[in-house]
Amino acid sequence: MRQYAAKRIGLFFPTVLLVTIIVFVVMRLVPGDPALAILEGSGGGAYTQQDLDNLRAKLGTDRPIVTQYGAWVGNALRGDFGNSLWFEAPVMTELKDRLPVSIQLAVMSIVLAVLVAVPLGVLSASKPDSLVDYGARFFTLVGIGLPNFFTAILLTMLLVTVFGWLPPLGYENLWEDPLANLKQMIFPAVALAFYEMAFIARVTRSAMLEVLREDYMRTARSKGLPEREVVWRHGLKNAFLPILTISGWQFGRLFGGTVVIETIFVVPGIGRILIESIFQRDFTMIQAIIVIVGVAILAINLLVDLLCGWLDPRIRYA
Amino acid sequence: MPLDRTSRPSQVATQARLRGRPSLPKSLTNFARRKPLGAASGLVLLGLLLVAVLAPWIAPRDPQETNAAFKWAKPGGELLLGGDQLGRDVLSRLIHGARISLYVGLVSVGVGITGGTLLGIFSAYLGGKSDLVLQRLVDALMAFPPIILALGLMAARGASINNVVIALVAVLLPGATRVVRAQALSIKELDYVLAARAIGASSWRIMLRHMLPNVAATCIVLSTITLGYAIVVEATLSFLGVGIPPDVPTWGGMLTLGATRYVEVAPWLAIFPGVAIAVVVFAVNLLGDALRDVLDPKLRGL
Repeated sequence: MRQYAAKRIGLFFPTVLLVTIIVFVVMRLVPGDPALAILEGSGGGAYTQQDLDNLRAKLGTDRPIVTQYGAWVGNALRGDFGNSLWFEAPVMTELKDRLPVSIQLAVMSIVLAVLVAVPLGVLSASKPDSLVDYGARFFTLVGIGLPNFFTAILLTMLLVTVFGWLPPLGYENLWEDPLANLKQMIFPAVALAFYEMAFIARVTRSAMLEVLREDYMRTARSKGLPEREVVWRHGLKNAFLPILTISGWQFGRLFGGTVVIETIFVVPGIGRILIESIFQRDFTMIQAIIVIVGVAILAINLLVDLLCGWLDPRIRYA
Repeated sequence: MPLDRTSRPSQVATQARLRGRPSLPKSLTNFARRKPLGAASGLVLLGLLLVAVLAPWIAPRDPQETNAAFKWAKPGGELLLGGDQLGRDVLSRLIHGARISLYVGLVSVGVGITGGTLLGIFSAYLGGKSDLVLQRLVDALMAFPPIILALGLMAARGASINNVVIALVAVLLPGATRVVRAQALSIKELDYVLAARAIGASSWRIMLRHMLPNVAATCIVLSTITLGYAIVVEATLSFLGVGIPPDVPTWGGMLTLGATRYVEVAPWLAIFPGVAIAVVVFAVNLLGDALRDVLDPKLRGL
């Protein structure tokens, strides 16, 4: 296990480094340079060379690109992502309050998704081609086909037309007013969870179908175990790894979905501020958010891999 | 009997039968019989492609034309699918939107999957250090949720159709590289690759003539599935207002205005483009599933 972990962690750091390089390069694809883009973008176009030079000095884009990158990564490692160009305050003070919101949304969605998806997938696989199976397959197909913003819009339509009610806008802190917070967060979470649920349910179904064909399932049945025991204990346990891997993977992807959902439901997380920053040309903020999300996902994937290796010796020694 | 020209076509047919490769129309009817749902989805997509190509001729009105009389017009009246907040014809905008969706989807999938396939084969065939470096790069690119990576690119380069395509290629290419490389790695060890090398085939020949055709099934399935994905990402970017400039009629862009502001007064503004996207994604997924089952059932879980 130690060897497997060392190898896996050894791959982690170079990848993190590459992620920072990619983000840095992408943000430098601005035609001209960020300073020019900001001045020209803010409507007027009336600026002097002096303004441009000042802004370049402020952004640090007057230095060589490698120096810029080194300084940025060095500070980022200490949790300092520079000053937001819009709020004129450190990026981290703004993100500090918003990160927990997005994380809460993502955790709620993945929990909801797994809670529905796994039983659905198992039921569907244990009675293939039954009415339940067809129903579940149709349901998951709908989930995969609907883009999450459309799901969110349909959900708000449903709430408005059927219940004449919309989740309260504005945001309450989870620890100060948990009930109000959950009232606001549950619908964004459901909208976000629908696609993940469908995806995980499909993986669960095909993993279970494969396991149910194995010899040890026949053995379990022939020694007289009740069907429920056979399917849920022997079956699910063996089909669990692909489900875990895909759930972990999907959990990371959820941070992409939060961008859309937070915009629709006006949730003050990092997704919404990312969109706002794009319109405000707040390049330091954009850069910081993308790097944080990328590294967080790498960390999640690492954790899932380690967990899989710990659970299944076959992976460790492969 | 001397081999004369008249006997050749039948011989070719016999050879084809012996090789177990039926003619195109025949394999299509076979496919339709085995996978009716997949074939129907294929027809839906073909129909859509036709609509997109013929958009200027079949759209009943100019998609940009505003007419105060049709402001908030309910569906079913003079305008089949109603009018929007500026009195533009929703149906015509949907038809023109199909062009954008399909153009962006097809171009980005074409470039992304082709590039990814070549890189994947290359990476697997070369192995060693270049493989290691390339795969770390793929790891790093795949660490970002596609929407986030695309948003970063759009933030840097601004809203335009070509930038959306570039962002999508950046998202699709690493994924395709990963999948194709995994397959190419096992193909590389097969006897026919060894045989090709034994008769002195160059590396390029081995990669392009021997390995490429054998990952073709994967590529076809991958292209179908990612097409739906690309269309959703494009719609999402336009929905968020950072994709294609808002004056161009796109499905995602129609949803932005229609959906978030006017749900109560004019729900049809959100429903029609949303349904259009959903139908395409369904069709693409069903076709992809059917193709996968027929071409290579081992790909399940892709």
